[in-house]
Amino acid sequence: MKKGYRKERLDRGIKARTDDIFAICSPREIAYIALPRFIVIGALLMFPLLAVLTGIYWQNVLIITCTIALLALSWDLLASAGLVSLGQALFFGAGAYVTGFLSHHYGWPPILSVPAATVTGALLCTMLLYPVLRLRGIYFGLITFAMPLLMMRIVEATKILGGTEGLSGLAPLPGMKVELYVIITVTLVCVFGFRRLIDTDYGLVLRAIRDNDRAVMAGGINIQWYKTQAVFIAALPATFAGAFLTHHYQFVGMPAFALEYSILPLTSVIIGGTGSFAGAMLGAFILVPLSEVLRAFGTLRVVIYCLILLVFAIGLPEGIFHYIQRKYYQFERLVPVEEIKK
Amino acid sequence: MIETVLIYGLVNSVTLILTAIGFSLTFGLSGIANFSHGGLYILSGYSAWMMMHYIGLPFALAAVLTVIQVGILGGLIYRAVIMPVRGIVLSEVVATFAVGVAILEFFRWRGFVTYDFNLPLFIKGSIGIAGVFIDYQRLFIIGIGLMLAVILWFFTHHTRIGLALRGMAQDEYTALSLGIESDWAATLSMALGAALAAVAAIIILPLGIISINMGYDVLLLALAVTILGGLESTNGLIVGCFILGYARVITGTYLGPEWMEVIYLAAIVLVLVVKPSGLCGKSKELEERV
Repeated sequence: MKKGYRKERLDRGIKARTDDIFAICSPREIAYIALPRFIVIGALLMFPLLAVLTGIYWQNVLIITCTIALLALSWDLLASAGLVSLGQALFFGAGAYVTGFLSHHYGWPPILSVPAATVTGALLCTMLLYPVLRLRGIYFGLITFAMPLLMMRIVEATKILGGTEGLSGLAPLPGMKVELYVIITVTLVCVFGFRRLIDTDYGLVLRAIRDNDRAVMAGGINIQWYKTQAVFIAALPATFAGAFLTHHYQFVGMPAFALEYSILPLTSVIIGGTGSFAGAMLGAFILVPLSEVLRAFGTLRVVIYCLILLVFAIGLPEGIFHYIQRKYYQFERLVPVEEIKK
Repeated sequence: MIETVLIYGLVNSVTLILTAIGFSLTFGLSGIANFSHGGLYILSGYSAWMMMHYIGLPFALAAVLTVIQVGILGGLIYRAVIMPVRGIVLSEVVATFAVGVAILEFFRWRGFVTYDFNLPLFIKGSIGIAGVFIDYQRLFIIGIGLMLAVILWFFTHHTRIGLALRGMAQDEYTALSLGIESDWAATLSMALGAALAAVAAIIILPLGIISINMGYDVLLLALAVTILGGLESTNGLIVGCFILGYARVITGTYLGPEWMEVIYLAAIVLVLVVKPSGLCGKSKELEERV
């Protein structure tokens, strides 16, 4: 940078104008707001139609990507309420096992068992986490980190739900196209729904709990109850992801609680940026396809994306999404530094 | 039967203390949850093995070198990885965890997964105490574990450096105003924690083979014990270790070994429901946590 100058960041004119109702003034301003959203929605909805180009392999990758994106969204909502989870696999595994149980023992079709597992799994997780909700910050994280791994041990020890073998031969989902559209729709609804939710008064309470829980308590609000609700709402997409992927693979077993389902969402959020939900999704859509490309490296791939994670955690702590957003909303210029008169 | 439970419970408890003490010390002194603990533990095992088999050093020398080297590595991890994100708790955890997983998975990629990888026992053989046979290595574990606990207690309570570190943990600003440098203290605490992980690895690993998955287990154990005992308190750590150690052996003997791991969840959840700050957590800590 030139000496005697400093960088200044200002909102673009179009951003200032479209912040308010004036957005309806011109097509250009409407496009400025709507285009980024429509490109994302359009691209995702178009993807299943391009089966000829993409092939079955990348359609599978898209399903896994959406699953991880859902887990990441769930993480982001929890984090918005000040609950840093290091064990998203708990939600994933709960959804997976409930749907596996319903499908295996009672022969429920996926159209019933997936929604049932989503709600029941979320309820179970909320009950399991209720006693530790009093903890905050890193302490909550430590507990959630241990929980899925311990659930895995319990399944192993008690031999319930198929023990180490798992439950296989579950009912399949009807066709690839339906699967893709279901998971894409759910992901999109979650992203935009959560963005909306966190902007409402209800979301404001959640964010206030994160920023200063004492103040919220002083405001006469029962933070324990709000945190419980946040856990339940955040668990929903994650348990859905678990239930959905179980029917996709037609198998549920101890890998449902694997560390992978805790680390990948977390990494996605770190790469994409926290707090905006769109960042979590963007992170998943970068990370998962990337890890598929790296599959040729065997277990070295885990090392590689640990290093990527390190680079992002240290080098770009705000995440890619916030970086892009800033470029989209603001411009930078050099201004001379004013001399201090003696 | 009862003698077996008593003696092996003690062995188990002290093993837990050894495993967790590095993690607990770092957390207690600088508030860093060092999630690379498991990675460093396994790294120490392999590092000692490599020194013995590639360079041909005797075990004792390799052990000492490993402890020093891993200690320095811990300090370096703080300087290179944690310092830029200090204060952002999530980033600290993510960064250290990434380091730990990177270490573990690197060894897995290099094929360090066969039965060839084990460290020698200090002295072979076993001895009968009250009708229970126990090998010398396990006696070493008890001896060294208890000795370390005492030394560390002395270090943190009666030496200038130890007091400085604890001062930092209690009130950062006051400590700063007394001329204790925050980054220096945290570097030292990370180095100490890492060195303790190495000591634990050198003593415990000869009992079996070195396996990668143990790295994740060690981290989990350290977490369970520290949460149970109250995160910042050393006494709590020891109490927590004894409770979990004996609970493990008792369930293992009377219910079957597969229940040994389940006992953790039960213990943690119970303690947190009854007393969220852990068994020996203090009121000040309660204020910070709840």
